[in-house]
Amino acid sequence: MARDSDIADRLRSFGAGGTVALKLGSRDYADNYLAALGLTVRDLGGESNSHTIYVSVTNPASLVWSLLQALDIPSGRLSFVDAISHLMMSYQSVLPNASYVESPTMLEGIMLRIEYLLRKHPSQRNMVIIDSVNSLAVHNSADVLSEFFHILVNNLKTRAVLTILFSTSDVEGTELDRILSLVVDESFTLGGGP
Amino acid sequence: MVLMAGGVGTGKTTLCLEFLVRGAEKGEKGLFISVTEASTKLLQNFTTFEFFRPDLVQHELITIVDLPIIYERLGLNREELKPGEVDILVRTIQDLVRESGARRVVVDSLTSVGFRVRSEEKARDFILKLGQAFSDLGTTSLMVAEVGAVPGVHSLYGVEEAIVDGVVMLSNVRRRGDLLRVLQVIKMRGTVHSRAQYVIELTPIGMLMAPFLKGGRLET
Repeated sequence: MARDSDIADRLRSFGAGGTVALKLGSRDYADNYLAALGLTVRDLGGESNSHTIYVSVTNPASLVWSLLQALDIPSGRLSFVDAISHLMMSYQSVLPNASYVESPTMLEGIMLRIEYLLRKHPSQRNMVIIDSVNSLAVHNSADVLSEFFHILVNNLKTRAVLTILFSTSDVEGTELDRILSLVVDESFTLGGGP
Repeated sequence: MVLMAGGVGTGKTTLCLEFLVRGAEKGEKGLFISVTEASTKLLQNFTTFEFFRPDLVQHELITIVDLPIIYERLGLNREELKPGEVDILVRTIQDLVRESGARRVVVDSLTSVGFRVRSEEKARDFILKLGQAFSDLGTTSLMVAEVGAVPGVHSLYGVEEAIVDGVVMLSNVRRRGDLLRVLQVIKMRGTVHSRAQYVIELTPIGMLMAPFLKGGRLET
Protein backbone atom coordinates (compact mmCIF):
# COMPACT_ATOMS: atom_id res chain seq x y z
CA MET A 1 0.00 0.00 0.00
CA ALA A 2 1.48 3.33 -1.05
CA ARG A 3 1.52 6.42 1.16
CA ASP A 4 -0.71 9.36 0.17
CA SER A 5 2.30 11.51 -0.71
CA ASP A 6 3.69 8.75 -2.96
CA ILE A 7 0.32 8.43 -4.70
CA ALA A 8 0.17 12.21 -5.17
CA ASP A 9 3.63 12.18 -6.79
CA ARG A 10 2.75 9.22 -9.03
CA LEU A 11 -0.55 10.84 -10.09
CA ARG A 12 1.33 14.00 -11.01
CA SER A 13 3.80 12.03 -13.06
CA PHE A 14 1.00 10.51 -15.16
CA GLY A 15 -0.09 13.81 -16.60
CA ALA A 16 -1.96 13.89 -19.86
CA GLY A 17 -3.64 10.79 -21.21
CA GLY A 18 -3.04 8.51 -18.23
CA THR A 19 -5.71 6.32 -16.63
CA VAL A 20 -5.50 5.49 -12.95
CA ALA A 21 -7.66 3.34 -10.67
CA LEU A 22 -7.85 4.72 -7.15
CA LYS A 23 -9.10 1.92 -4.89
CA LEU A 24 -10.44 3.11 -1.54
CA GLY A 25 -10.02 0.79 1.41
CA SER A 26 -13.25 -0.12 3.18
CA ARG A 27 -11.74 0.42 6.65
CA ASP A 28 -12.30 4.12 7.50
CA TYR A 29 -13.85 4.52 4.07
CA ALA A 30 -15.00 8.11 4.72
CA ASP A 31 -11.44 9.20 5.56
CA ASN A 32 -10.09 7.42 2.48
CA TYR A 33 -12.72 9.10 0.32
CA LEU A 34 -11.80 12.55 1.64
CA ALA A 35 -8.12 11.76 1.09
CA ALA A 36 -8.93 10.75 -2.52
CA LEU A 37 -10.79 14.02 -3.09
CA GLY A 38 -7.86 15.96 -1.65
CA LEU A 39 -5.28 14.13 -3.78
CA THR A 40 -7.24 14.51 -7.00
CA VAL A 41 -9.64 17.46 -7.10
CA ARG A 42 -7.67 19.72 -4.72
CA ASP A 43 -4.04 18.84 -5.48
CA LEU A 44 -4.12 17.90 -9.16
CA GLY A 45 -7.21 19.91 -10.13
CA GLY A 46 -5.94 22.96 -8.28
CA GLU A 47 -2.96 23.37 -10.59
CA SER A 48 -3.09 26.23 -13.05
CA ASN A 49 -4.54 25.63 -16.54
CA SER A 50 -6.43 22.59 -15.30
CA HIS A 51 -10.11 21.70 -15.39
CA THR A 52 -11.71 18.78 -13.56
CA ILE A 53 -14.87 16.98 -14.64
CA TYR A 54 -16.24 15.03 -11.70
CA VAL A 55 -18.73 12.30 -12.65
CA SER A 56 -20.80 11.59 -9.57
CA VAL A 57 -22.69 8.31 -9.56
CA THR A 58 -22.38 7.34 -5.88
CA ASN A 59 -23.59 10.60 -4.34
CA PRO A 60 -25.40 13.62 -5.81
CA ALA A 61 -23.07 16.37 -7.03
CA SER A 62 -24.49 18.73 -4.40
CA LEU A 63 -23.27 16.41 -1.63
CA VAL A 64 -19.82 15.98 -3.19
CA TRP A 65 -19.65 19.73 -3.66
CA SER A 66 -20.38 20.36 0.03
CA LEU A 67 -17.52 17.97 0.93
CA LEU A 68 -15.19 19.76 -1.47
CA GLN A 69 -16.11 23.11 0.04
CA ALA A 70 -15.15 21.73 3.44
CA LEU A 71 -11.75 20.96 1.91
CA ASP A 72 -11.53 24.59 0.64
CA ILE A 73 -11.55 23.57 -3.00
CA PRO A 74 -12.58 26.46 -5.29
CA SER A 75 -15.33 25.79 -7.86
CA GLY A 76 -13.83 27.77 -10.74
CA ARG A 77 -12.01 24.87 -12.38
CA LEU A 78 -14.51 22.14 -11.56
CA SER A 79 -17.62 20.83 -13.34
CA PHE A 80 -19.88 17.94 -12.39
CA VAL A 81 -21.68 15.33 -14.42
CA ASP A 82 -24.34 14.10 -11.99
CA ALA A 83 -25.83 10.75 -13.02
CA ILE A 84 -27.61 9.92 -9.77
CA SER A 85 -29.70 12.90 -8.60
CA HIS A 86 -32.55 12.24 -11.06
CA LEU A 87 -32.77 8.63 -9.99
CA MET A 88 -32.63 9.51 -6.29
CA MET A 89 -35.32 12.17 -6.80
CA SER A 90 -32.92 14.75 -5.36
CA TYR A 91 -32.81 16.93 -8.44
CA GLN A 92 -34.19 19.94 -6.53
CA SER A 93 -30.72 21.07 -5.34
CA VAL A 94 -29.30 21.99 -8.74
CA LEU A 95 -25.69 23.17 -8.89
CA PRO A 96 -24.78 25.80 -11.50
CA ASN A 97 -21.60 23.93 -12.44
CA ALA A 98 -23.35 20.55 -12.80
CA SER A 99 -24.78 18.81 -15.83
CA TYR A 100 -27.42 16.18 -15.06
CA VAL A 101 -27.85 12.77 -16.73
CA GLU A 102 -31.22 11.13 -16.09
CA SER A 103 -29.89 7.76 -15.02
CA PRO A 104 -26.59 5.93 -14.48
CA THR A 105 -27.84 3.46 -17.11
CA MET A 106 -27.52 6.22 -19.75
CA LEU A 107 -23.79 5.61 -20.18
CA GLU A 108 -23.75 7.29 -23.58
CA GLY A 109 -25.30 10.32 -21.87
CA ILE A 110 -22.37 10.40 -19.45
CA MET A 111 -19.91 10.23 -22.38
CA LEU A 112 -21.74 13.05 -24.15
CA ARG A 113 -21.78 15.32 -21.07
CA ILE A 114 -18.05 14.76 -20.58
CA GLU A 115 -17.52 15.64 -24.23
CA TYR A 116 -19.67 18.75 -23.84
CA LEU A 117 -17.75 19.92 -20.77
CA LEU A 118 -14.37 19.26 -22.41
CA ARG A 119 -15.43 21.48 -25.30
CA LYS A 120 -16.88 24.14 -22.99
CA HIS A 121 -13.77 24.27 -20.81
CA PRO A 122 -10.75 23.78 -23.03
CA SER A 123 -7.67 23.74 -20.86
CA GLN A 124 -4.15 22.42 -21.03
CA ARG A 125 -4.70 19.90 -18.24
CA ASN A 126 -8.08 18.22 -18.19
CA MET A 127 -8.94 15.56 -15.66
CA VAL A 128 -12.01 13.30 -15.49
CA ILE A 129 -12.88 11.55 -12.23
CA ILE A 130 -15.47 8.75 -12.19
CA ASP A 131 -16.94 8.21 -8.71
CA SER A 132 -17.37 5.30 -8.80
CA VAL A 133 -16.90 2.16 -10.84
CA ASN A 134 -18.80 0.20 -8.17
CA SER A 135 -21.84 2.48 -8.36
CA LEU A 136 -21.94 2.20 -12.15
CA ALA A 137 -21.83 -1.58 -11.74
CA VAL A 138 -24.92 -1.49 -9.52
CA HIS A 139 -26.97 -0.17 -12.46
CA ASN A 140 -25.20 -1.73 -15.47
CA SER A 141 -24.16 -5.19 -16.54
CA ALA A 142 -20.46 -6.08 -16.80
CA ASP A 143 -20.79 -6.38 -20.61
CA VAL A 144 -22.02 -2.85 -21.17
CA LEU A 145 -19.72 -1.45 -18.49
CA SER A 146 -16.58 -2.90 -20.06
CA GLU A 147 -17.70 -1.51 -23.45
CA PHE A 148 -18.32 1.90 -21.83
CA PHE A 149 -14.94 2.09 -20.11
CA HIS A 150 -13.11 0.82 -23.17
CA ILE A 151 -14.61 3.55 -25.38
CA LEU A 152 -14.51 6.35 -22.80
CA VAL A 153 -10.98 5.77 -21.52
CA ASN A 154 -9.49 5.39 -24.99
CA ASN A 155 -11.28 8.50 -26.17
CA LEU A 156 -9.97 10.49 -23.20
CA LYS A 157 -6.48 9.06 -23.74
CA THR A 158 -6.37 10.35 -27.31
CA ARG A 159 -7.53 13.74 -26.02
CA ALA A 160 -4.69 13.81 -23.45
CA VAL A 161 -7.12 13.80 -20.52
CA LEU A 162 -6.04 12.26 -17.21
CA THR A 163 -8.76 9.80 -16.10
CA ILE A 164 -9.12 8.68 -12.49
CA LEU A 165 -11.51 5.85 -11.66
CA PHE A 166 -12.61 5.57 -8.03
CA SER A 167 -13.53 2.12 -6.77
CA THR A 168 -13.53 0.24 -3.49
CA SER A 169 -10.54 -1.96 -2.71
CA ASP A 170 -12.76 -5.06 -2.40
CA VAL A 171 -13.11 -5.25 -6.21
CA GLU A 172 -9.85 -7.25 -6.24
CA GLY A 173 -10.32 -10.48 -8.18
CA THR A 174 -13.86 -9.63 -9.31
CA GLU A 175 -15.30 -8.99 -12.80
CA LEU A 176 -14.98 -5.25 -12.09
CA ASP A 177 -11.28 -5.67 -11.41
CA ARG A 178 -10.88 -7.41 -14.78
CA ILE A 179 -12.65 -4.50 -16.48
CA LEU A 180 -10.37 -2.02 -14.71
CA SER A 181 -7.20 -3.92 -15.49
CA LEU A 182 -8.08 -3.72 -19.18
CA VAL A 183 -8.18 0.07 -19.23
CA VAL A 184 -6.00 1.47 -16.45
CA ASP A 185 -2.27 2.15 -16.55
CA GLU A 186 -1.83 1.79 -12.82
CA SER A 187 -3.84 1.12 -9.65
CA PHE A 188 -3.34 2.63 -6.20
CA THR A 189 -4.98 1.65 -2.94
CA LEU A 190 -5.80 4.26 -0.32
CA GLY A 191 -6.25 2.87 3.19
CA GLY A 192 -6.77 -0.73 4.23
CA GLY A 193 -9.49 -3.37 4.11
CA PRO A 194 -11.55 -4.78 6.97
CA MET B 1 -29.99 16.06 -51.55
CA VAL B 2 -30.11 14.28 -48.19
CA LEU B 3 -33.22 12.94 -46.50
CA MET B 4 -33.39 13.56 -42.74
CA ALA B 5 -35.92 10.96 -41.74
CA GLY B 6 -37.28 10.41 -38.27
CA GLY B 7 -40.14 10.60 -35.82
CA VAL B 8 -41.20 13.45 -33.57
CA GLY B 9 -38.65 14.80 -31.08
CA THR B 10 -35.67 13.12 -32.70
CA GLY B 11 -33.85 16.40 -33.44
CA LYS B 12 -34.38 16.76 -37.20
CA THR B 13 -35.10 20.50 -37.19
CA THR B 14 -32.23 21.35 -34.82
CA LEU B 15 -29.79 19.31 -36.87
CA CYS B 16 -30.92 21.07 -40.05
CA LEU B 17 -30.48 24.46 -38.37
CA GLU B 18 -26.95 23.54 -37.31
CA PHE B 19 -26.22 22.48 -40.90
CA LEU B 20 -27.17 26.00 -42.07
CA VAL B 21 -25.30 27.77 -39.24
CA ARG B 22 -22.06 25.85 -39.87
CA GLY B 23 -22.35 26.68 -43.58
CA ALA B 24 -23.07 30.36 -42.93
CA GLU B 25 -20.01 30.57 -40.67
CA LYS B 26 -17.98 29.48 -43.71
CA GLY B 27 -19.69 32.03 -45.91
CA GLU B 28 -22.20 29.65 -47.55
CA LYS B 29 -25.65 31.21 -47.52
CA GLY B 30 -28.52 29.09 -46.25
CA LEU B 31 -32.28 28.96 -46.83
CA PHE B 32 -34.68 27.36 -44.33
CA ILE B 33 -38.11 26.67 -45.85
CA SER B 34 -40.43 26.10 -42.94
CA VAL B 35 -43.69 24.37 -43.68
CA THR B 36 -44.91 23.36 -40.26
CA GLU B 37 -43.81 26.12 -37.89
CA ALA B 38 -43.95 29.90 -38.19
CA SER B 39 -40.51 31.45 -38.65
CA THR B 40 -40.97 33.69 -35.60
CA LYS B 41 -41.58 30.67 -33.39
CA LEU B 42 -38.65 28.83 -34.98
CA LEU B 43 -36.32 31.77 -34.33
CA GLN B 44 -37.49 31.89 -30.73
CA ASN B 45 -36.60 28.20 -30.31
CA PHE B 46 -33.27 28.62 -32.12
CA THR B 47 -32.06 31.34 -29.73
CA THR B 48 -31.84 28.72 -26.95
CA PHE B 49 -28.81 27.28 -28.78
CA GLU B 50 -25.46 28.99 -28.24
CA PHE B 51 -24.31 27.98 -31.74
CA PHE B 52 -27.16 29.94 -33.32
CA ARG B 53 -26.17 33.52 -34.06
CA PRO B 54 -29.12 35.86 -34.78
CA ASP B 55 -26.74 38.11 -36.75
CA LEU B 56 -26.53 35.38 -39.42
CA VAL B 57 -30.25 35.97 -40.05
CA GLN B 58 -29.91 39.77 -39.77
CA HIS B 59 -27.12 39.75 -42.38
CA GLU B 60 -29.14 37.38 -44.59
CA LEU B 61 -26.56 34.62 -44.42
CA ILE B 62 -29.51 32.51 -43.30
CA THR B 63 -32.98 33.22 -44.68
CA ILE B 64 -36.05 31.67 -43.12
CA VAL B 65 -39.15 31.44 -45.28
CA ASP B 66 -42.68 30.42 -44.23
CA LEU B 67 -44.07 28.22 -46.98
CA PRO B 68 -47.72 28.79 -45.93
CA ILE B 69 -47.20 32.52 -46.69
CA ILE B 70 -45.85 31.56 -50.12
CA TYR B 71 -48.92 29.39 -50.70
CA GLU B 72 -51.11 32.38 -49.89
CA ARG B 73 -49.19 34.75 -52.19
CA LEU B 74 -49.41 32.24 -55.01
CA GLY B 75 -53.11 31.76 -54.40
CA LEU B 76 -52.46 28.12 -53.51
CA ASN B 77 -54.30 28.33 -50.21
CA ARG B 78 -56.71 25.50 -50.92
CA GLU B 79 -56.30 22.30 -48.96
CA GLU B 80 -55.20 20.31 -51.99
CA LEU B 81 -52.79 21.38 -54.74
CA LYS B 82 -53.65 20.63 -58.37
CA PRO B 83 -51.01 19.00 -60.65
CA GLY B 84 -50.09 22.31 -62.37
CA GLU B 85 -49.78 24.00 -59.01
CA VAL B 86 -47.12 21.52 -57.95
CA ASP B 87 -44.97 22.88 -60.81
CA ILE B 88 -45.65 26.46 -59.68
CA LEU B 89 -44.57 25.55 -56.15
CA VAL B 90 -41.34 23.93 -57.35
CA ARG B 91 -40.54 26.95 -59.55
CA THR B 92 -41.23 29.32 -56.64
CA ILE B 93 -38.92 27.40 -54.32
CA GLN B 94 -36.31 27.42 -57.09
CA ASP B 95 -36.67 31.23 -57.34
CA LEU B 96 -36.34 31.58 -53.58
CA VAL B 97 -33.07 29.66 -53.67
CA ARG B 98 -31.76 31.83 -56.52
CA GLU B 99 -32.83 35.11 -54.88
CA SER B 100 -31.30 34.22 -51.52
CA GLY B 101 -28.09 32.98 -53.13
CA ALA B 102 -28.34 29.90 -50.91
CA ARG B 103 -25.82 27.09 -51.25
CA ARG B 104 -27.50 25.10 -48.45
CA VAL B 105 -31.25 24.53 -48.33
CA VAL B 106 -33.53 22.92 -45.76
CA VAL B 107 -37.17 21.94 -46.41
CA ASP B 108 -38.89 21.19 -43.09
CA SER B 109 -40.81 19.14 -43.84
CA LEU B 110 -41.38 17.28 -47.06
CA THR B 111 -44.12 15.37 -45.30
CA SER B 112 -46.13 18.54 -44.66
CA VAL B 113 -45.89 19.55 -48.33
CA GLY B 114 -46.97 16.01 -49.19
CA PHE B 115 -50.16 16.42 -47.15
CA ARG B 116 -51.12 19.37 -49.38
CA VAL B 117 -50.41 17.36 -52.51
CA ARG B 118 -52.55 14.55 -51.12
CA SER B 119 -52.10 11.78 -53.69
CA GLU B 120 -48.95 9.70 -53.46
CA GLU B 121 -48.43 10.03 -57.20
CA LYS B 122 -48.41 13.85 -57.03
CA ALA B 123 -46.19 13.77 -53.95
CA ARG B 124 -43.65 11.63 -55.80
CA ASP B 125 -43.83 14.02 -58.75
CA PHE B 126 -43.19 16.98 -56.44
CA ILE B 127 -40.22 15.31 -54.76
CA LEU B 128 -38.70 14.28 -58.10
CA LYS B 129 -39.05 17.79 -59.53
CA LEU B 130 -37.77 19.47 -56.37
CA GLY B 131 -34.78 17.12 -56.31
CA GLN B 132 -34.03 17.96 -59.94
CA ALA B 133 -34.39 21.69 -59.26
CA PHE B 134 -31.96 21.60 -56.31
CA SER B 135 -29.55 19.51 -58.32
CA ASP B 136 -29.65 22.04 -61.19
CA LEU B 137 -29.00 24.86 -58.73
CA GLY B 138 -26.00 23.02 -57.30
CA THR B 139 -27.22 23.30 -53.70
CA THR B 140 -26.74 20.88 -50.85
CA SER B 141 -30.17 20.31 -49.42
CA LEU B 142 -31.69 18.56 -46.43
CA MET B 143 -35.25 17.30 -46.79
CA VAL B 144 -36.98 16.55 -43.51
CA ALA B 145 -39.33 13.57 -43.55
CA GLU B 146 -41.58 12.54 -40.69
CA VAL B 147 -41.25 8.79 -40.51
CA GLY B 148 -42.55 6.56 -37.73
CA ALA B 149 -40.51 3.87 -36.05
CA VAL B 150 -40.95 1.16 -38.67
CA PRO B 151 -37.71 -0.78 -39.20
CA GLY B 152 -36.34 -0.39 -42.72
CA VAL B 153 -38.79 2.39 -43.68
CA HIS B 154 -37.13 5.74 -44.34
CA SER B 155 -39.75 7.50 -46.44
CA LEU B 156 -43.47 8.09 -46.70
CA TYR B 157 -43.90 7.79 -50.47
CA GLY B 158 -41.36 5.11 -51.21
CA VAL B 159 -39.38 7.22 -53.67
CA GLU B 160 -37.55 9.71 -51.49
CA GLU B 161 -34.85 7.29 -50.43
CA ALA B 162 -34.21 6.27 -54.03
CA ILE B 163 -34.03 9.84 -55.36
CA VAL B 164 -31.83 11.37 -52.69
CA ASP B 165 -28.06 11.06 -52.39
CA GLY B 166 -28.17 10.39 -48.69
CA VAL B 167 -30.47 9.14 -45.97
CA VAL B 168 -29.89 10.02 -42.32
CA MET B 169 -32.24 8.22 -39.95
CA LEU B 170 -33.02 9.71 -36.55
CA SER B 171 -34.96 7.70 -34.02
CA ASN B 172 -35.92 7.41 -30.38
CA VAL B 173 -34.70 4.10 -28.99
CA ARG B 174 -36.01 2.79 -25.68
CA ARG B 175 -33.55 0.88 -23.51
CA ARG B 176 -34.42 -0.20 -19.97
CA GLY B 177 -36.86 2.70 -19.70
CA ASP B 178 -34.36 5.28 -21.02
CA LEU B 179 -35.19 7.08 -24.25
CA LEU B 180 -32.10 7.60 -26.39
CA ARG B 181 -31.87 9.78 -29.49
CA VAL B 182 -30.09 7.69 -32.11
CA LEU B 183 -28.63 8.73 -35.48
CA GLN B 184 -27.66 6.37 -38.29
CA VAL B 185 -26.44 7.19 -41.79
CA ILE B 186 -28.22 4.68 -44.02
CA LYS B 187 -26.87 5.94 -47.32
CA MET B 188 -24.50 8.67 -48.54
CA ARG B 189 -23.75 8.30 -52.22
CA GLY B 190 -20.11 8.63 -53.27
CA THR B 191 -18.72 8.45 -49.75
CA VAL B 192 -17.36 5.80 -47.44
CA HIS B 193 -19.29 6.25 -44.20
CA SER B 194 -20.11 4.58 -40.93
CA ARG B 195 -23.40 2.68 -40.85
CA ALA B 196 -23.28 2.30 -37.08
CA GLN B 197 -25.81 3.80 -34.70
CA TYR B 198 -24.77 6.78 -32.60
CA VAL B 199 -26.47 8.28 -29.58
CA ILE B 200 -26.78 12.02 -30.08
CA GLU B 201 -27.36 14.94 -27.79
CA LEU B 202 -28.50 18.35 -28.92
CA THR B 203 -26.39 20.58 -26.69
CA PRO B 204 -26.24 24.39 -26.67
CA ILE B 205 -22.94 24.20 -28.60
CA GLY B 206 -24.33 21.81 -31.22
CA MET B 207 -24.97 18.15 -31.80
CA LEU B 208 -22.60 15.70 -30.08
CA MET B 209 -22.37 11.99 -30.82
CA ALA B 210 -21.29 8.91 -28.89
CA PRO B 211 -21.25 5.27 -30.04
CA PHE B 212 -24.43 3.37 -29.19
CA LEU B 213 -23.31 0.76 -26.67
CA LYS B 214 -24.17 -2.69 -27.94
CA GLY B 215 -23.87 -4.39 -24.57
CA GLY B 216 -27.08 -2.70 -23.45
CA ARG B 217 -30.26 -4.66 -24.12
CA LEU B 218 -33.07 -2.98 -26.03
CA GLU B 219 -36.71 -3.27 -25.07
CA THR B 220 -38.78 -5.19 -27.55
